[in-house]
Amino acid sequence: MMLQVFDWILVLVLVALAWRCLNDRDLFRAVIKFIALGLLLAVAWVRLRAPDVALAEAAVGSGLTGALILSARVRMRRRERAAAPHNPSGREAAR
Amino acid sequence: MMRRLSIGVLSIALLAALGWAVRSLPPEPSGLTAASLAKLPESGVTNPVTAVLLNYRGYDTLLEVGVLLLAIVGVWSLRRSEWAAADLRGRPLLMSLLRVLLPVLVLAAGYLLWIGAFAPGGAFQGGALLGGALVLVILGGLARRWLQRQRGLRLGLALGVLVFAAVGAAAKALTGGLLQYPAGSGGPWILVIESAAMISIGLTLGLLYCGGRPGEDP
Repeated sequence: MMLQVFDWILVLVLVALAWRCLNDRDLFRAVIKFIALGLLLAVAWVRLRAPDVALAEAAVGSGLTGALILSARVRMRRRERAAAPHNPSGREAAR
Repeated sequence: MMRRLSIGVLSIALLAALGWAVRSLPPEPSGLTAASLAKLPESGVTNPVTAVLLNYRGYDTLLEVGVLLLAIVGVWSLRRSEWAAADLRGRPLLMSLLRVLLPVLVLAAGYLLWIGAFAPGGAFQGGALLGGALVLVILGGLARRWLQRQRGLRLGLALGVLVFAAVGAAAKALTGGLLQYPAGSGGPWILVIESAAMISIGLTLGLLYCGGRPGEDP
């Protein structure tokens, strides 16, 4: 019973987090949500009794992919800054 | 608005189709599950996942290691890594964290490699940990000189495929079947392949982070 409740909460949080990750205007927060999503997905794989996939998901899907996307975002920002050096508000206008 | 609505409808339709597909799965495990579990004692390992990956379907895994090598070759031939890591050697907090974390990561990778024969784990999971450790090392600016040694890096990247293919050839010479290990001695062969594959996977995943070929080339 407890585990079923846990599974349902897990599923709901996963879907909600995926939705928020796709819709977040702030790319940095979207990446953080993506990493959190990967970690929760690893928990879901454990619940599905696939610990091998869970290990790979936690390490690759969440850790390394998260790091890759973060560095890609840093590069994107650098390029945007180089393209528009006189941005009055100091923040990028188009993300 | 219209676009969002149609995307939503399509997503729900896909979800329904997937849900229906899952519902219509047979409740009992079918296919080769029973046959592969019955042959498990002969495979040299007791973890069924590792047995499938490196004994029954070793050829697939060989090609997967090759795909990883192709990925890094593709990235390296596209561009050179202009990205210079910040030199963080002056930050004592990060350095002391790395000093604790890196040995633990390497130890955990070795543990995952070893335990893969009996329980969940294996070359890919261990390699992913090594890759994460390598990303930390690169981020800390500790790997600059080391990243210049192209020949060593290339050898390390190809090591998994080389050893895997060499083991396959040796098994072929001994038993007549590619990657068909001599009866009852699958364990050591698998461990050799997995050790080499783990080093290559770790290097590949870590170096993919650089997003290009590191170092100065003529």
